Amino acid sequence: MTARDPLVAAAPPLKSGREPAPGMVEKRGRSLWLSHAVMILGVLIVFFPIWLAFVASTVTQSEIIRPPMPVWPGDQFFINYKNALFSGVNVPVATMLMNSLIMAIGIAVGKIIISLLSAFAIVYFRFPGKTIFFWLIFLTLMLPVEVRIVPTYEVVAGFGMLNSYSGLIFPLIASATATFLFRQFFMTIPDELAEAARVDGAGPMRFFWDILVPMSRTNVAALFVILFIYGWNQYLWPLLITTDPEMNTIVMGLKQMFPSGDDFAHWPTIMATSILAMIPPVIVVISMQKLFIRGLVDSEK
Amino acid sequence: MATVELDNIKKRFGGTQVIHGVSTAIEDGEFIVIVGPSGCGKSTLLRMVAGLESVSEGEVRIDGERVNEREPMARDIAMVFQNYALYPHMSVRQNMGYGLKIAGLPKSEIAAKVDEAAALLQLEPYLDRRPRELSGGQRQRVAMGRAIVREPKVFLFDEPLSNLDAKLRVQMRLEIRDLQNRLGITALYVTHDQVEAMTMADRMIVMNAGRAEQIGTPLEVYERPQTLFAAQFIGSPSMNVLDATMQDGVLHLGGATMPAPTTATGKVTVGLRPEHAIADPEGPLSLTVQMGEPLGANTLLHGRIGDGSEAFTISLPGVHHATAGERIAFRVLPENLHFFDPETGARID
Repeated sequence: MTARDPLVAAAPPLKSGREPAPGMVEKRGRSLWLSHAVMILGVLIVFFPIWLAFVASTVTQSEIIRPPMPVWPGDQFFINYKNALFSGVNVPVATMLMNSLIMAIGIAVGKIIISLLSAFAIVYFRFPGKTIFFWLIFLTLMLPVEVRIVPTYEVVAGFGMLNSYSGLIFPLIASATATFLFRQFFMTIPDELAEAARVDGAGPMRFFWDILVPMSRTNVAALFVILFIYGWNQYLWPLLITTDPEMNTIVMGLKQMFPSGDDFAHWPTIMATSILAMIPPVIVVISMQKLFIRGLVDSEK
Repeated sequence: MATVELDNIKKRFGGTQVIHGVSTAIEDGEFIVIVGPSGCGKSTLLRMVAGLESVSEGEVRIDGERVNEREPMARDIAMVFQNYALYPHMSVRQNMGYGLKIAGLPKSEIAAKVDEAAALLQLEPYLDRRPRELSGGQRQRVAMGRAIVREPKVFLFDEPLSNLDAKLRVQMRLEIRDLQNRLGITALYVTHDQVEAMTMADRMIVMNAGRAEQIGTPLEVYERPQTLFAAQFIGSPSMNVLDATMQDGVLHLGGATMPAPTTATGKVTVGLRPEHAIADPEGPLSLTVQMGEPLGANTLLHGRIGDGSEAFTISLPGVHHATAGERIAFRVLPENLHFFDPETGARID
C-alpha cells in the first residue's frame, strides 16, 4: 500500500495533529511556493534599483564611473552620508529634509483639518447654496495643480509668500478628495448619534470634537499617510516658488543636484540624498500603518 | 417629573402635512404609548416633543411652559433611540456620563450618578466596556442609563425594543415599565407593536395618518374603540369587520339576524373580535373553516362567515381539531358587537 492509495488518501487523517492529510500538503504546498516565488521575484525587481542607489551611496565617485558598476556596498558610507547631510551640493540635505518635513506635515495636517471641517459643514448643516458649495468643491477634483499653477503663482507672489513655508503649504492645502471621503464617512454615521448628542446638550462644535473626530481617527490615519506622501513628493510647485536654496525641498533639491551643462555630478552624494529622501515617507508609512491597523481592529459597530 | 401638553400640534414637511393637529394632556408620572402603523407620524410627534423636529403649528408645553423654540437639552428631556445611538468610541461609563459632562458637573458627581444608574440597571460589570462589546439587551440598558442619569422631566422612547428578540423584548418591557414606575418620571413611548402598547401604557394614543384616532387607557380602546382603525389596530388577532344592515333594531349579518343594542340604522360596519365568538351549536352565526391555528391556550380558526365570501377569524378557548370545510356555529353577546359608520369609520353607539 502506498500513500497514493485512494483509500488512504480519502481516509480521515488519523495523525491530523502532526501532519495534514496527504493530498492537501502537495496541493497547498505547490501553490504556496508558487505564490511566494512570484512575490519574491516582484520584490526583487522593485527593490533592485533602490539597492543600486544604496550601493552607489557607499562607494567613491571613481568607482561608480568606472564600469562595471559595483553591486556590493563599499566603505564610504559614513563619509558620503555626512557629506550629503551637512554640506550637500547646493545646500545641506538636512535643511532640505527639514523643509520637506515641514511642508509635508503642514499639507497633510492642514488638508485633514480643512476637509474634516468642510465635510462637517456639508453633511450636518443646512445653509443656502449648500449643494452649490459641495459641487464647487467636487469640481476642483477635476482640476490638477498644474492647471491652476499660473494664477496660483500670481496670488502667492502677490501675498509675498515666495520662498516661505506658507507659500509652500497654503496653495496645496485644500483637498476635494479628502473632503469627499470624510463626507461619505459622515453620511454613514447614523443621524441618531447627532440627535443623541443634541439631547445630551452638545453644541455643533462639541459634537464635532467629542464624537465625529474620534470616530474618524482611522480615516484620519489613512489619509495622513496618503497626504504626507503627496506633500513630500511635491515637485513642480516648490520648484516654482522657491528660488532661495535655503527653502529647497528634498525632492526638487535632488533634481537640482544634477549637473547642468558640463559640470560633473557627484553621484555618491546624490545617491545618499535619494536614500535619505526615501526614509521619512517609509517611517510614516510603517508607523502609521500600525496605528491604521489598530484603528481597524478597534473599529466601531 | 412634569406634565406635558400637546396643543393642536401640526407638522408640515414642505407642502405635505404629516401631523394634522394632535392634542392631549399628559399627567405627571404617566406612561403614554403612541402606537400606530409605520408612517403614521408617531415618531415625528415624539421628535417634536423632543425638539429634534420643529413644530409647524400648535404648542408643546412641558410643566406648563411653552418649549417650541427650545433646544432638546433646554427642555430637560431624555430620549432612548431605536438603534440606541450609543457613542461607539466611548466606554459605557463615558456614554452615560456624557450629558452630565457637557452640563459641567464635577467629575466625582458624574461618577456617583453613573454608578447609581448602573446599579439600578445591573450594568456595573460593563462600565468600562465599549458598546460594541455588549449584547443588544445590554446596549438597550446603557441607552436607558444615559437617559436616567440626567434625571430628566420627561423620558422619550422611540421604538426602543424593536431591535431585540422576542423573549428579551418581553423582559425589557417589564423592566422599562418597572423603572418608570419607580422613578415616577413622565414617559412618552412610541411603538408599532400593539402588544407593547396594551401592556405598558397608562394611556395610549392610537395614531393613523397623522391623526390621533383615539386617546385612552388600553382597556378603553379595546372595549370601546372610537374608530374602525383603532378597533382593528388594537387587539390580536385583529377585529373582524363585516358589512351589515340594521333594520328595526335587528341586525342582518352574514345571513343571520340578531337583536342589537345600537342607534344605527341602515347600512353599518360591524366589528367583532375573534375572541368574543362563543361556540354554540344553536348559534345564529357560522364559520366555514379553511385553516386552523392551534396556539395551545386557544385555537384560531380562519374561514368564511356563513355562506358568504368574507374572511372571518374566530378564537376558541382550548384545542379544537377542525378540518377544512367544517362548519362551526357560534354566537356573540350583543354587547360585544361594535358598530361603525361605513362612510367615516366613526363609532356608533
